[in-house]
Amino acid sequence: MDASNPATALAIDETAEAEGRVKIMARGVNVWYGDTHAIKDVSVDILDRTVTAFIGPSGCGKSTFLRCLNRMNDTIDVARVTGEIRLDGEDIYAPGVDPVQLRARVGMVFQKPNPFPKSIYDNVAYGPRIHGLARTRADLDRIVEDSLRRAALWDEVKDRLNEPGTGLSGGQQQRLCIARAIATSPEVLLMDEPASALDPIATAQIEELIDELRENFSVVIVTHSMQQAARVSQRTAFFHLGELVEFGETPQIFTNPRDPRTESYITGRIG
Amino acid sequence: MTDTTPTLHGIARPSAQEAARHLARRKRRQRRLVAYGLAAIAFAFLMLAILVGSLVVSGAKAFVQTHVTLEVFVDPAEIRADRLPRGGFKDVLQAALQKQIPGIEDRKDAKRLLGILSNGAQFMLRDMVVADPSLIGETIKLTVPVSDPYDQLAKGEIDPETPEEFRRLKDDEIAWFRTLEEKGLVSMPFNWALFTNADSRFPELAGLKGALMGSFWALLVCFVISFPLGIGAAIYLEEFGRKNRVADIIEVNINNLAAVPSVVFGLLALAVFLGWFGLPRSAPLVGGMTLALMTLPTIIIATRAALKAVPPSIREAALGVGASNQQVVFHHVLPLAMPGILTGTIIGLAQALGETAPLLLIGMNAFITSAPASPMDAATALPTQIFIWADSPERGFVARTSAAILVLLGFLIAMNALAIFLRARFERKW
Repeated sequence: MDASNPATALAIDETAEAEGRVKIMARGVNVWYGDTHAIKDVSVDILDRTVTAFIGPSGCGKSTFLRCLNRMNDTIDVARVTGEIRLDGEDIYAPGVDPVQLRARVGMVFQKPNPFPKSIYDNVAYGPRIHGLARTRADLDRIVEDSLRRAALWDEVKDRLNEPGTGLSGGQQQRLCIARAIATSPEVLLMDEPASALDPIATAQIEELIDELRENFSVVIVTHSMQQAARVSQRTAFFHLGELVEFGETPQIFTNPRDPRTESYITGRIG
Repeated sequence: MTDTTPTLHGIARPSAQEAARHLARRKRRQRRLVAYGLAAIAFAFLMLAILVGSLVVSGAKAFVQTHVTLEVFVDPAEIRADRLPRGGFKDVLQAALQKQIPGIEDRKDAKRLLGILSNGAQFMLRDMVVADPSLIGETIKLTVPVSDPYDQLAKGEIDPETPEEFRRLKDDEIAWFRTLEEKGLVSMPFNWALFTNADSRFPELAGLKGALMGSFWALLVCFVISFPLGIGAAIYLEEFGRKNRVADIIEVNINNLAAVPSVVFGLLALAVFLGWFGLPRSAPLVGGMTLALMTLPTIIIATRAALKAVPPSIREAALGVGASNQQVVFHHVLPLAMPGILTGTIIGLAQALGETAPLLLIGMNAFITSAPASPMDAATALPTQIFIWADSPERGFVARTSAAILVLLGFLIAMNALAIFLRARFERKW
């Protein structure tokens, strides 16, 4: 931790820490892809039941950092992560932690809707099945229905649960992916540009959904759209060239940025 | 189109004629390229047509076989129920022929007369009588194949204008056969023996059953070994193995293995399977193991390509909900890659079906007159059977060689068609 770095100081919310609202606590995280230093000493507190947006120009490392939070970077051979990331105070990079179990607690939704080429039902039921979350068929049915309801998709698909998930429209597919992610009852939901491949109407539906998800989950969303960040998030982090430049309440970031780079970005001068 | 304003760079624009010439040249070049392509395809088709055409022309005659129908009196004086299966079956047939062509008294001529019938005729009669001894004393109608020279005569392959000493059939023999033809006793039905008989020294009796069964067993062994091994190796290399120097070396060597001449695999099998492990010679088991060595790289390469073609988004989706690596592979990636894997496997097996050289080295070109009942029995395979027949001097084997090639090509076309069908039916577009 580098107290002289103003961003680091900003990113750590001491009152929230004291109140125990911090869900994920990251300290001094560095990521290397081979020789490329992709994330430079990032420290961040992600609060519970809050939407946190990561913004920044392409290649700034926001997606890379997001993927550290559920150890998806482990699947890339050349990626190396140092520093400390704690979920509810528990170090997720500790030797005893199984990334597979972690990913059930920290769900993820990707940029492009990627339903499995299976039925809608099986898409949602897959996570609970592999984690043994349902003891009976009725339990599983309930998980599927509840997840689809929370993803605001149930009414559209309840009569065709056995049809392939790939046959849905793009927006429906993405909500199906959200249903799939929340079926394992995660505590944190990571979203990597979840609306960038969708039309404006589907995007609005997803944004509305994110706002509802906030009641139960801690949501972290990476987005290219500053309007989107402003609409859905309570807290915003601005990344630039692998560094966390500024982190704070969303209105403050957009109306009164403290760092000149943040100001340049949100006024469209870098990006 | 008389635009005389200079270009952006201040150079005068080409005149209309120059531009037209330039355009014409470009179009001409494109037309020429298309013409080359069409010519290449036409040439390939022409060659294929010539190949198949010549095979059909020379092989068609092997799909029918001249038979003669005789009324045979199963003489109790020659054939006795208590001495079966021995008996004077030859004499009975000779008597039946002499009844049709009277006036042959000389013993030598009578023996030559019997030469009209295939050597297998007496055994067919014997098997009938052994199966039903009540036939003794009866007169039965018997349809048997004629021997190869008469078969050729019936099919017009022997020219009666040739001087007698250069002909395989003498004038009187031709006359005998013509008499039988005039009496309506000669027929030319479909040659089922080509598929129901194993190999024989006599072309009229030789069939492909042994080779078909040999190829079937060899391919079965090849599939059972190479399919799980190939997929296992590919899954490890593609999904679990580290991508480092060792992996690169393995990759290069698998690609090299796919290019090793097949005869080398034959020598390896001879040294290792027969020499060290003492496995039986000529057995489809060994043939299949040898072919599996050759098919393995094909399957590994096809499987790796199919696994690679599964989009990373599916892997991420599965990993994202907390699937382990193994679950990602077996629940998602492998099922999606299966059509590609099956296509590659079938094409690999089709290659193996046509492979000759390694089978020659492990003795699958032996002369074997019974079809193998298990992979441990000595057998030939389709390509080695073609090799054996192509080497045989009898005229009847010429047509049979072509017929066997047609059968082999038929199987290859069927397998490749199946591969294309599977690909079209199950392949997913992303």
